[in-house]
Amino acid sequence: MSGYNFAFLDEQTKRMIRRSILKAVAIPGYQVPFGGREMPLSYGWGTGGVQVTASLIGPDDVLKVIDQGADDTTNAVSIRKFFERTTGVRTTTRTAEATLIQTRHRIPETPLRAGQVLVLQVPIPEPLRWLEPREAETRKMHALEEYGVMHVRLYEDITRHGKVAQTYDYPVRVDGRYLMRPSPIPKFDNPKLDRSPALLLFGAGREKRIYAVPPHTPVKSLDFEDHPFEVETWRQPCALCAATGVFLDEIIVDDKGGRLFVCSDTDHCAARRSPR
Amino acid sequence: MSTSSLDRPLLSVRGLSKRFGAQVGCLDVGFDLWPGEVLGVVGESGSGKTTVLACLAGSVEPTAGTAKFRTRDDTVVDVLRLAEPARRRLLRTDWGIVHQNPRDGLRMSVTAGANVGERLMAVGVRHYGRIRQTALDWLTTVEIDTDRVDDLPANLSGGMQQRLQIARNLVTSPRLVLMDEPTGGLDVSVQARLLDLLRGLVAELGLSAIVVTHDLAVVRLLAHRLLVMRRGEVVESGLTDQVLDDPQHAYTQLLVSSVLHP
Repeated sequence: MSGYNFAFLDEQTKRMIRRSILKAVAIPGYQVPFGGREMPLSYGWGTGGVQVTASLIGPDDVLKVIDQGADDTTNAVSIRKFFERTTGVRTTTRTAEATLIQTRHRIPETPLRAGQVLVLQVPIPEPLRWLEPREAETRKMHALEEYGVMHVRLYEDITRHGKVAQTYDYPVRVDGRYLMRPSPIPKFDNPKLDRSPALLLFGAGREKRIYAVPPHTPVKSLDFEDHPFEVETWRQPCALCAATGVFLDEIIVDDKGGRLFVCSDTDHCAARRSPR
Repeated sequence: MSTSSLDRPLLSVRGLSKRFGAQVGCLDVGFDLWPGEVLGVVGESGSGKTTVLACLAGSVEPTAGTAKFRTRDDTVVDVLRLAEPARRRLLRTDWGIVHQNPRDGLRMSVTAGANVGERLMAVGVRHYGRIRQTALDWLTTVEIDTDRVDDLPANLSGGMQQRLQIARNLVTSPRLVLMDEPTGGLDVSVQARLLDLLRGLVAELGLSAIVVTHDLAVVRLLAHRLLVMRRGEVVESGLTDQVLDDPQHAYTQLLVSSVLHP
């Protein structure tokens, strides 16, 4: 496409974002501010993730874009097209083939491998925001590791619901230090963050923050000794591919209350139904 | 507590001053607070008593002065010059602050139990059952029915909110509690009950406390010693009954004679 630089952003902006990414990798879980740019899509649609991807993508990369586990929904299709047009790189829906994966709200079921980069889109990066509206104060709390109050929230959940009711964006401690929001992935995906062989990058466009979980970094979900962290389970397998131990979406199929539980990860489901 | 630590003050304040531009917040305030002692600070509105408390609590930066505090491991630190991490840790563990308005001291969006448990979680307790049991024990201690443990503070009465605030502070067994008008805004019978409770707790736990109030009846009941402040300066100090029954300074005489006796 003429009139635009490779991957839309100019080279100086890419360098600035890469510097922030390097810093984020050096301090796992720490939110690094960056000079976020206006992107040709609205805030909340993945402007943070798109900027991280744009600063990293090269002509040899193979890109996959996920939206809520699917490759064929609006957000995924639009962002994939955007990078097809501005870079001309090869895109794929297959997790194993991709070198760079931008995702919203899911981590693929296919285990990631070393050398892959997963870019997650983040709406609100600050895990302490719900209890402390002042940015200066939350930074101080991070600096001093004053995270006890996060457990107050878990205490409240257990008191009111008998268990921790938070099912997505479940707070984690990265490398025993920084408290981090893993973006709105289901808590089912939290264990995949722990010691992942792939590099995990988080981009928040509106709040202009980048943070990272470098490969093989321990990531622990918050819990109580007598209420350990648990992930969701389903009573039935996927209605399409019969997979168990994967994250299932509930789909209403008619007006009479009929419903199906199917894989949220469309690539994983399709691969199981028609082996390549 | 060893006897040696009893004959040295817990907190030694010298030359504490705070100026707000040309205005004087407090001027050259000094006192010693001994282990197990309750010090009352009285004076009219604007006399600087709350400023003294705010300086000690770290919410206001003093212009001059020192406040030497003897920590649990028997070292002396100047709390006014303590690095922020250490000061915040001290405020969470060894100190307690009871605000006049419970809304300033409580987390209103979480239950009573979580309010009491917050300090425990802040110092690293990670066992839900134990936190809850401790919260229940403290609610009993401050005379709140244990079946209110899952109620939000907004659903508790004013007196109960104030007692909850006290429980929330005492859960980490602090050695010094700062109280700003602890009975403000409560009706007299609730006040009496709260004072009774505070008196019992202070005696039972060997707490030291600084109570700032304009209510002379409160200090007569609670405080061992008294500072009388006026226009930012301490004008008289001494044993509570001595100061109240035989006031020397003209202002103290005025203050004592202003109290209505029904």
